[in-house]
Amino acid sequence: MNDITTIENSSSTENFGSSRVKRGFADMLKGGVIMDVVTAKQARIAEDSGAVAVMALERVPADIRAQGGVARMSDLDLIESIIAEVSIPVMAKTRIGHFVEAQILQTLKVDYIDESEVLSPADYANHIDKWPFTVPFICGATNLGEALRRINEGAAMIRSKGEAGTGDVSEATKHIRTITSEIRALAAKSHDELYVSAKELQAPYELVLEIARTGKLPVVLFTAGGVATPADAAMLMQLGADGVFVGSGVFKSGNPEARAAAIVKATTFYDDPFVVASACRGLGEAMVGINVSDLPAPHRLSERGW
Amino acid sequence: MLKSLGADARAVRRPEELALVGGLVIPGGESSVIDKLSRIFGLAEPLKSAIRAGLPVYGTCAGLIMLADRVLDAIAGQQSLGGLDISVRRNAFGSQLDSFETNLDIPAVGVTPMHAVFIRAPVVEQIGAGVTPLATLADGRVVAVEQGNLLGTAFHPEMTGDTRFHQYFLDRVRSMA
Repeated sequence: MNDITTIENSSSTENFGSSRVKRGFADMLKGGVIMDVVTAKQARIAEDSGAVAVMALERVPADIRAQGGVARMSDLDLIESIIAEVSIPVMAKTRIGHFVEAQILQTLKVDYIDESEVLSPADYANHIDKWPFTVPFICGATNLGEALRRINEGAAMIRSKGEAGTGDVSEATKHIRTITSEIRALAAKSHDELYVSAKELQAPYELVLEIARTGKLPVVLFTAGGVATPADAAMLMQLGADGVFVGSGVFKSGNPEARAAAIVKATTFYDDPFVVASACRGLGEAMVGINVSDLPAPHRLSERGW
Repeated sequence: MLKSLGADARAVRRPEELALVGGLVIPGGESSVIDKLSRIFGLAEPLKSAIRAGLPVYGTCAGLIMLADRVLDAIAGQQSLGGLDISVRRNAFGSQLDSFETNLDIPAVGVTPMHAVFIRAPVVEQIGAGVTPLATLADGRVVAVEQGNLLGTAFHPEMTGDTRFHQYFLDRVRSMA
């Protein structure tokens, strides 16, 4: 009886790529682990281990770091082979500011684009204007101001940066602590102090006001960079992350299948030390890693992005 | 959302927590991961027993998949809890580019159309005799169903602040108490 009205209502309002759809998708990843993969076979292992999504890459950050040179968007055939292999969402990275790489990735129907400091930046002043895209974007941030600038440009998900490809979690700890601590500080301020806060954070006043009122980011906040063990993942979750990216940590370890599944368990039950302890057993070698303090400043990826 | 409707809402991740609730919402997320973790951590069997015993359960998106007796396009080895005599196709619309919002007429919860958000959403492809479809897309595909104490939607009412579906579910839970 109401069929005709239904059709008219539906067709006139069907809406793709809205902020709600972009941010809502990130909400569905909360509590989960997203894994870097460089082959369809690794993507299969990630899906079988309980990853909520995979990041399709040509090289994991540890190899980008070791091999040097310019790191760009991954080979399109590789990304497509990974999309074909798994049914969980597939993300892919574009260089900071490289809006054409992003346009290309959107034609491949990737589920999320990571505008990532792990690749060589294409623009040392501007990030991509992310609003015109239907595909949602995730961006890295080391502090609240950077996170809000990215959200202002249209990012629908934020990840604290950490120092990718090191297996050293200390930068990830610093960045997630910085962001959550700055949010708490804003929430404690009186209204008339927020104008100066916006100036200091170099972020739009409206977003600063929203954070002060709600006490949280308007988008999901994941953490990344140097996560190598289930304990690392659980610690970052306890520090307030909504979920975890694991880059080199899984497939640069001795037993990727076991480690991937263990990091998933520890992320789910991050607040239960007994579960995390059992997840830590029998994993073989963790990735060897590099101490961030041994990295000369120009080689630190987390300093890319502005 | 449940709290705003006066419910005492709490997270259920363990079998002992399941025993404390009078109704359960299985939220969105990645259904293959929810399935895997619910089995690893021993929640799947107690959930199946509770559903058989009549526990009111509302599944949104991945939760709808978990409640379906039959899942199409599942990953290898993926299982569901079952309870709803339906076939659900996982990720039926395509990639995130195909995620959308739209208005749906859902007479069961009120005359005003409901704004619904579909995110890599499933659809119900086949329903058994005991299942009532509650909402369809313009093309006729079923996106909300009810059977006994089980309720499922392919979309996410919690993302728009429209409380009617959750109220509908809570009314059921309270009537059981």
